[in-house]
Amino acid sequence: MKVWVNNKEVETAAVSLASLVEDLSLPAQGIAVAVENRMVPRTQWGDYVLSEGMRVVVVKAACGG
Amino acid sequence: MLEADGLHTAACSGGRYARQEMLPEIGHAGQAKLRRAKVMIVGAGGLGSPVALYLAGAGVGTLTLVDEDVVSLSNLHRQVLYAESEVGTSKVAAAAVRLRSLNGEVDIRTHACRLTRENAESLIKGHDVVVDACDNYATRYVLSDACAALGRPYIYGAIEGFCGQVAVLCCPPRRRTYRDLFPDEDALRGMTPFKGVVGMTAAVVGSVQAHEVMKLLCGYGDVLAGRLWTIDLRTMESYVLDI
Repeated sequence: MKVWVNNKEVETAAVSLASLVEDLSLPAQGIAVAVENRMVPRTQWGDYVLSEGMRVVVVKAACGG
Repeated sequence: MLEADGLHTAACSGGRYARQEMLPEIGHAGQAKLRRAKVMIVGAGGLGSPVALYLAGAGVGTLTLVDEDVVSLSNLHRQVLYAESEVGTSKVAAAAVRLRSLNGEVDIRTHACRLTRENAESLIKGHDVVVDACDNYATRYVLSDACAALGRPYIYGAIEGFCGQVAVLCCPPRRRTYRDLFPDEDALRGMTPFKGVVGMTAAVVGSVQAHEVMKLLCGYGDVLAGRLWTIDLRTMESYVLDI
């Protein structure tokens, strides 16, 4: 299945948002993830089912000022 | 009324604020709101510099700066409030001199201390809006909690490298907090911050924060309430995400 992650097409076997995050080797903490421009709380990543063409945005926490 | 003020009258007839007052979104009414407003800026560094300079320039009546730090040489590529001659001196003291010279109509107040869980609410009380221009995760959780408790809009901003993000938190109609965005406080507080950044990231992100303050105070546009704006200056990729 193909999904979009930060505007790049990604081929993935992941079924849920949680497994996509794992597949992409993203850190488990310090990131926020949005699907179709809506943040998905971490507690829902496991149940969030991916579908073809979904647009995912990963935001890394930053602390500079 | 404000028209009694000589400087303000001069401004209305083509002076200091003419170029923003001619915008229907701002006008005389918006300018009066800016003049009455009290804004706190936590952190007088890369983000705090453009935030404070543009809000002082815009005529926000009272600006309170909180920062315990002194100016260092490695600040100067991005902290445009400061000059070489001020290295080693208090940031808020140097910032106050610069901001008062830019706009003598603005009441500049300073606190040369760190914002902590103990002093946050007493420092924030008496302000209409709080701008987060700090440089660490711990202060962001303190700020978010205090602003949520006091019902003050919290203009979040953070930068790293070429990337930045801004959100308006603790603000209707979508009240969200920093904890909704990044719930893992212990993990974030334990992370070692990467300090690399170009000055332009601070300039872009700080300017967006300052403009969200303008929108909130004057009441125009779509404030980023409960939404996160992100920018990567390398690709110019940008998102607005509902929190």
